[in-house]
Amino acid sequence: MDQLSLIIRFPPALLFIGGALLIPLFKGKIKSGFMLALPVLAFWAITDAASGSYWVFPVLDYDLVLGRVDALSRVFGYIFCIVTFLGVVFALNIDDDLQFCAAFAYAGGALGVTFAGDVFSLYIFWEIMAVASTFLILARRTRASQAAAMRYILVHIFGGLCLLAGIILYVQRTGTTQFGLMHLSGIDSYLIFLGIAVNAAIPPLHPWLSDAYPEATVAGAVFLSAFTTKSAVYLMARMFPGTELLIWLGAVMTAIPIFYAVLENDIRRVLAYSLINQVGFMMCGIGIGTALAINGTVSHAFCHILYKALLFMAAGSVLQVTGKIRCTDLGGLYKTMPLTCLFCIVGAASISAFPLFSGFVSKSMIISAAAHNKLIIVWLMLQFASAGVFHHAGIKVPFFMFFGHDSGIRAKEPPLNMLLAMAIAAGLCVFLGVYPYPLYSILPNPVDYIPYTAAHVVGQLQLLMFGALAFCLLILSGFYPAEMRAINLDADWFYRRLGVYFYRFSETILNSLNQTCERIFAKKLTSNLATQMENGAARLVILLMLPVWKTMNFSEERRTQLSSRIETTLRDGAVPIGISVAGAAILLSGLFFFH
Amino acid sequence: MKKELTLFDNPRNVKRFLFIFYGCLLALLLIDPFIHKHGEFAWEDVPEFYAAYGFVSCVLLIFIAKILRRWIKRDENYYD
Repeated sequence: MDQLSLIIRFPPALLFIGGALLIPLFKGKIKSGFMLALPVLAFWAITDAASGSYWVFPVLDYDLVLGRVDALSRVFGYIFCIVTFLGVVFALNIDDDLQFCAAFAYAGGALGVTFAGDVFSLYIFWEIMAVASTFLILARRTRASQAAAMRYILVHIFGGLCLLAGIILYVQRTGTTQFGLMHLSGIDSYLIFLGIAVNAAIPPLHPWLSDAYPEATVAGAVFLSAFTTKSAVYLMARMFPGTELLIWLGAVMTAIPIFYAVLENDIRRVLAYSLINQVGFMMCGIGIGTALAINGTVSHAFCHILYKALLFMAAGSVLQVTGKIRCTDLGGLYKTMPLTCLFCIVGAASISAFPLFSGFVSKSMIISAAAHNKLIIVWLMLQFASAGVFHHAGIKVPFFMFFGHDSGIRAKEPPLNMLLAMAIAAGLCVFLGVYPYPLYSILPNPVDYIPYTAAHVVGQLQLLMFGALAFCLLILSGFYPAEMRAINLDADWFYRRLGVYFYRFSETILNSLNQTCERIFAKKLTSNLATQMENGAARLVILLMLPVWKTMNFSEERRTQLSSRIETTLRDGAVPIGISVAGAAILLSGLFFFH
Repeated sequence: MKKELTLFDNPRNVKRFLFIFYGCLLALLLIDPFIHKHGEFAWEDVPEFYAAYGFVSCVLLIFIAKILRRWIKRDENYYD
């Protein structure tokens, strides 16, 4: 039995996570080779596997299934391996083991989620993804990134807990851990839906994405853009296809972020909002649920991972070589970074669904499916969003980074490995745009969709080019909103601002309560009690003896003398035994007779 | 020393670029009546529908974005 066939029998998720643990042991070229080999091996493992359930481990009463392979999971497995490879090529020159370990653990988690056949392993890999991705944000090692990472992990813990609650209720209701198609009825399905929705960044649960991704490292953002949201897309497609709620959530999800993207200054934040917009298309497609719509969603996810990674790579390269990433600080870079500029334009054309690029052959299936099902308002919203995407991602991103006003920055092209990664991604975008059939052949449903019809090409070109005309006229007339250094409030205002007020309010109340209690109980009451205990016995005895002494006609002086003797004796505890015993006997008999 | 590319610094080049751009727009407008659209919706067959929709969408987008900005814009250090 040769070594390689042994590895293929491992779930690719464990290959990545195990590999992540071994990375720090290697150095230099061996490390690079090892990291490049892992995604290739994982890809190979998936191509080798025919549909079915593999790697089933019976644990207690349930079965853990680590290898649920069918057309849907295989496509996502392929693209996750490809983008991991691209990300590693992009990051090769970065000397930071933390990022590589985190990236591989993260990718491994995503593969685990994709191939999980039971809810427990799903949850475990889900949480591995959340934790590992946080490190990609923390790895930037700035104060802002630490704060963003904290907010990120808190949101994902919340989502994970919702998912866990739903899972537990699901297992309790059905008695099995295997999952598949689910309908939105019963609290378990709603909780699972909510948990996945957090990762999919469905508004209003989306701000973590636009908050955290711009704070990630240059290479980290490339990985982040690929896995969390797309594994959520996979799960939604697996569990909730045809859910009508998703159609509307998806349509709204395509519309809201483009307004923000137009206003934002940080280029990577624009890309983050653009990501939410694109995932909205996928959610909408899942909601429609027909064969064409699901095909559209899956192919869109495939293409989107590629061109989004490309765009984040371009933005990351600019950030790497110039140290700047805001529109206000950039411009005129086409002069010294022509290759990066070209790759960015390819990515921009792909995301806009320009003919001859990958977005055109994938996104249009979803819009077509909406039309087939006569969903008029949804179709109008999706077309609006398509025009909007061209505006903020197709035009704004390359324009303000590479053209626009000349910022005076004359930076060189990024290192060769970054250019190579971008070149491969751009090449794939163009290849799939021109010849989509390799992609079509791995889609879950049979494809009889023809993207390149005259009507479709002309229609799309009109939509995009006249949108570009609008951009030109608005810029020339000065009506276009200027880029300025500011932030825009999003749904996270509720927990970032309101949350602070709530915290301060409860802090004031609870702290003053604390202080009052301390004053009353800790200081006054206990010290008073102690003093009473000290002198109490003596006072009682003197009180009893005073009338006796008066009748015995003791003088004032004698009485005082006796009192102080009693006080001293009782305080020092030097009471003669007989008196103590007599006292105790009286007390006990008193209690006995009067209880 | 690399010679600086002054591609778009040159006003003639910008003019050329815009000329090609407007030319493409005109071509798209003219070709529209000759394309058979088998659209799902009746209004797709209206000539220049997509051109108009794209233009109006973008203008509307910017318009709404500007209004939105008035409500949600804050200083960069708002949350700190």
